Amino acid sequence: MRRFSYSRPATLDEACHSAEHTRFLAGGTNLIDLMKSDVERPAHVADLKALGMHHIDEQPDGGLRLGALATNADTAAHPLVADRYPLLASAILAGASPQIRNVATNGGNLNQRTRCHYFYDPDMPCNKRSPGTGCSARGGRNRIMAILGTSDACIATFPSDMCVALAALKATVNLTGPEGERSVPIRDYHRLPGETPWRDNILRPGEIVTSIDLPPASFGPHHTYLKIRDRLSFAFAIVSAAIGLQIEDGIIRHGRIALGGVGTKPWCVPAAEALLEGKPPSHSLFRDVAERLLQGAMPDRDNAAKLRLAPRVIERALWQASAGTPQSQTDKTIR
Amino acid sequence: MNVISTNIGQSVSRIDGFAKVTGQAKYAAEPHPPGLLYGVIVNSPIARGQIAALRDTEARKIPGVVEIMTHRNRPHTALFEKSYVDGLGVPGSPYRPLHDAEIRFNGQPVAIVFAETFEAAREAAMLVEVDYERWPHNADFEAALHQKYMPSKTRSNYVPPKSRGNAPEAYALSPVKVEGRYHLAPEHHNPMEMHATTVIVEDDGTFTVWDKTQGPQSVQAYLTSALSLSGDKVRVHNPYVGGAFGSGLRAQYNVFLAALGAKMLKRSVRVTLTRPQMFTHVFRPEAVMDIALGASPDGTLQSMIVEGVTDTSRFEHNMENIVVWGLINYKCPNATAGYTIAPRDTYTSSDMRAPGATTGVNFFEMAIDEIAYACNMDPLTFRLNNYSDTDAMHDMPLTSKALREAMVQGAQHFGWHDRPMAPGSIRDGNELIGWGMATGIWDAMFSPTSARARLTADGRLHIATAASDIGTGTYTILAQTASEAFSTPIDRIDIELGDSTLPECPTEGGSWTAASAGAAVWLACQILREKLFKALAKGKNIPAWVKQGLEQDNLTLEDGILHGMNENQKIVLSFQDALSLIGQDALEVEETAKPGLRGTISQMRKARFTHSAVFCEVRVDQELGIVRITRLVNAVAAGRIMNPKTAASQVRGAMVMAAGMALHEESLMDERVGRFMNHNFAEYHIPAHADIPDMDVLFVEEKDSEISPLGVKGVGEIGMCGTAAAIANAIFHATGHRHRNLPISPGS
Repeated sequence: MRRFSYSRPATLDEACHSAEHTRFLAGGTNLIDLMKSDVERPAHVADLKALGMHHIDEQPDGGLRLGALATNADTAAHPLVADRYPLLASAILAGASPQIRNVATNGGNLNQRTRCHYFYDPDMPCNKRSPGTGCSARGGRNRIMAILGTSDACIATFPSDMCVALAALKATVNLTGPEGERSVPIRDYHRLPGETPWRDNILRPGEIVTSIDLPPASFGPHHTYLKIRDRLSFAFAIVSAAIGLQIEDGIIRHGRIALGGVGTKPWCVPAAEALLEGKPPSHSLFRDVAERLLQGAMPDRDNAAKLRLAPRVIERALWQASAGTPQSQTDKTIR
Repeated sequence: MNVISTNIGQSVSRIDGFAKVTGQAKYAAEPHPPGLLYGVIVNSPIARGQIAALRDTEARKIPGVVEIMTHRNRPHTALFEKSYVDGLGVPGSPYRPLHDAEIRFNGQPVAIVFAETFEAAREAAMLVEVDYERWPHNADFEAALHQKYMPSKTRSNYVPPKSRGNAPEAYALSPVKVEGRYHLAPEHHNPMEMHATTVIVEDDGTFTVWDKTQGPQSVQAYLTSALSLSGDKVRVHNPYVGGAFGSGLRAQYNVFLAALGAKMLKRSVRVTLTRPQMFTHVFRPEAVMDIALGASPDGTLQSMIVEGVTDTSRFEHNMENIVVWGLINYKCPNATAGYTIAPRDTYTSSDMRAPGATTGVNFFEMAIDEIAYACNMDPLTFRLNNYSDTDAMHDMPLTSKALREAMVQGAQHFGWHDRPMAPGSIRDGNELIGWGMATGIWDAMFSPTSARARLTADGRLHIATAASDIGTGTYTILAQTASEAFSTPIDRIDIELGDSTLPECPTEGGSWTAASAGAAVWLACQILREKLFKALAKGKNIPAWVKQGLEQDNLTLEDGILHGMNENQKIVLSFQDALSLIGQDALEVEETAKPGLRGTISQMRKARFTHSAVFCEVRVDQELGIVRITRLVNAVAAGRIMNPKTAASQVRGAMVMAAGMALHEESLMDERVGRFMNHNFAEYHIPAHADIPDMDVLFVEEKDSEISPLGVKGVGEIGMCGTAAAIANAIFHATGHRHRNLPISPGS
C-alpha cells in the first residue's frame, strides 16, 4: 500500500477534526484490503479504537442503541439484539465469516464499499474509485452488479447484509462531525450513485458514525432474512430480503421490506410496503408487492438472473415472515 | 509387544503433520537470508500491444527501493527461444518474462521493483507508470472458436483419438439419439499457497532457490537454461508445497524474475505473487464439447461422436485429452472423436487436476445419463450394459478394471436400488431430491524414478528422492514403503524430498508419484538390505551366529533389528552394532525403478487406468435455484492403496474441487480487456464448508501386478473424474432439467 500517516485520536472531537483526506479505521476488514489493493489511498488514517463506542444499551423508549465500534459478532450475540431484533441478528450472521464478524464493526458495516470487480481493480476505469474515468461494470462481467438505483455512471451493488435488516427495521444513524451531532434515518444514509458515485453515503468531511438506534417496534416471529448467494456460506448476496410484518388476526397491519444484492443501496419502496397494509397474506398480494419493489429494475449484460430470482426470493421471504418461520442461518434448507 | 504396523496399506497419519501445524515446515516464501530483497511485480492492464513509455522516477523515490527491472535494463538471458521451454514442454513459443516491449496477455509482467522491504517494493510498484500502444486483441472464447485449429504434428505432442466403425452413419440409423453442446467455464487452480520464490545468493555466488513447484529438477533445468547459468550454480528446493493442482508444473514467472533479479543485483531476492496475480498465469481451459450418442431401445450404445475445443494462447498450443474417455471406457461398435484448440490473447491455459478428463469424462458421463433416460433405463444398468472389459478405443486389454465392482459396491453403499426412475419424483417441502451417478476414469501412469537409501551409524534409515509432496502425503507413503521394505519402524526413518540435487524423479503430477517414487524407494531398500547382508557375510569380526544365519538363510530383519539364533537361543543385532562390526559409518545405495522388460512389454500391450463410480444426492430449491449436495459416495478402483487415510483424503479433496466445478467455480473473463475479473477469493467461489456434505470414499479391491512394481495406480486425480457429472445428473433427477453448462449457479 501507499504510505500514510496514522493517529489514534483520544476523543471524538479530535477525531472529527482530523486532517483532510483522512480515512477512519475501525475493524479494518474492508479499508485495509482496499489500501493493499491500491483502491483507497488515504493520506492519513485515524484509528477510532480508543473512542469506546462499543456498548449496546437499552434506550428509555424501549429501543436499542448499538455502538458504532461494537463488533458484528458481539452485536448479533447480544441477548437484547438476539431477543428483540432477531431479524438484525439473522442478517448479521448471514454475512461474511465468523472471523470477519469478530473484527468488523457496526459503523464499518455501514461504510463498507462495493465489491464490484472493477472498483477493486485499479487497472480498470471506475467512476466510484476514480471519478470521471467511466464505468467498466456496464457491459462487463456484471453478474453481481445492481439492477435497481443504478445510473449511467455506476451499477455497483451495496454489499451489506446488516444494513438491509437495519433498513427494514427503520433504524437511525447517529453522527458526530465538526459541526456537531445529527441523526439520519438509515434509509436516507446511503446515496444513489447518480452522477457522483464516489459518494456512497451522506457523511460530510470529518463526520463519524457513533451509534445506530433501533426503534422499539418489533415484529415478533413475523420476520425473516432470506439470502441467496453463489454458495451456501461466505458469499455476498445475489438477492436478499429482510422482512418484518405486524400481523393481527391474520391481517398484515403493516410491513417493512428491504432488499440486498439488487440495489446500489439497501432497497426500500414505501409504496410496496403500503400495499401490505390491511390485507391477509396471499400469492397475488405478494406478487404485487414484489412487482412494485422491483419496478424500474434494469439488468445489464450478465445480471438478468437477479431479475428472475428477486420476485421469487421476495415472495418466499414474505411467506416465511407471514408464517412466523424465519430463515435459519445455520440450517441451509429454505422453507 | 503390540506393534502398530506402519506397512504399506495401513492408515498412517501424516509424518509431516506436526511440522506443518507447528510452522516448522518451511515453504518457498519463508527462508530469510541476510540482506534479502523483496520483489513486487507490475502487471500489464492490456491484453496485446507494446510498452510505449515507462516512467519509474516516482517509484525510485520511495526509500528502500534498490532497482526497478524492466525489459530495458534486465541482465542478459538465453538467446534462443527454445531455452525457455520448461518441463511441461507445451509446443509453441514460451513466454519470456521482461524479454521485450511486446505485451501478449493481460497481466504480463512489465516491471519488477526490488526493495529492502516488502512494503517499499509494493508501494513503489504502484507508482510505476507505463504507457501502452494498444493493438487489437481477442479474448472472447466464442469468437476464438472461429479460429480453432489443430497444430501441425511438429508443433504438437497430442495423440489423436482412434475412430472405429462408421459413427455418423450409425448415429443416423440409431432409433434413440441424444446430442448436446456442453460448456465448461475457465477455472483457476487457486492453491492455498500462492506462487513464491526465494533465491538465496550464496557466498560462492551459487543460487539456492526455494520455489513453489511440483518439480524442483524441472525448475533447476529451466533456470539454468533460460538464464544461461551453469547447472552446478543452481539448486532448487521445494520441501513443502501448499497445494498446486498443476499450477506448479510449469516454472511460473515469479521464479524467473526472482532469479533474474538475483543475477542482476547479486543479492538474495524473494518474489511472492498476490491472489490477483494468481489469475495472471495458468488456468484450466474453457471448453466446449459436442456429444452425440445413438443407442438401440434396449440400451445398447450404437454410436458415439465427440467433438471438443479448448482454448490456448496465441503463442503456445496447449492441448488436453478431453474427447477420448468415453471411447475408451464404453463398448460401442461405432465411435469417432475430434479435437481442436482455439487461440485467444491470454496466457496459455494449462494442466489442472486431471487435465482433459475433468472436462471430458464429466461431460461424457452427463451425456450417458441423457441417453440412458432416452432409453428409459436406469443409468447404472445402462453403464453395466455397455461395460467394456478392454480399452475399447485402442482395442487393447487392460492391466485391471474393477469398475464393475466399484459401481456395484458404490451403489450398494449409497442405496441406489431404491431410486425411482422418474425425475422430479421426490419432494420434501420446497426441495426436490435427486440421485445421480457417473463413472470416472484416469490414467494410471508410471515413470522411471530414482531413490537413495542410506543406513547410518545411529541406526536410522534415510530415504531421498527429488519427488515433491504437494500436500498429498508423499512423505508418509514413502516412509511406509521404506518401513515395510527395510522392516524398520517408521520413527527411525527420515524422508528427504523436494531438492533438485536428490536422485532423479519426474515432476509430481498425473497421479504417478505414489506408484513411481514408491517403487524406487522399495527397490533401494531391497538393495540396501542385500548390501548389508553381503557386508556382514564378508566382514572379518562378525559373530559366528550372524555368519551362520546368513549361510543358512535364517537371519531376519524385523522391526529394525537383525534376528538370528545362537545355540538355540534367539539373539539380536542392532543396525548400530551391525555397522560398527562392518566398520562403516554408513551404507548407501541409489537405485532407479524402471518398468523393466516385463513392464515395458506390458505398457505396449496393455492399457492402464484408474476407475471410479460416484453417487450423489442433491436437494434443489428449483424456484430459488439453490442446489445443496447432501450425500456423495465415491467407490474407487486404484490398484493397491498405500495408505487408506491419505488416499481417501486425496479423493475427498478432489470431490470438493469437483463440487466447485459443478456449482461454483468460474473465472469471469472480461473479453474487452482480456482479464479475469473475479480475481480474489471473495468473488471466485470455491466451496465453503456449508457446501460440502459428509463424503464416503470406498476403495474397491483391485490386485494388479502389472501396473507398477508395487501394484499401485495413484489417486490424486480420479476424484475429479465423474464427480461433477454425478452432481449434474442428480440435479436432472431432482428437477427434470438438463444443465449442460458448468458451473450450474443460482439463476442458471
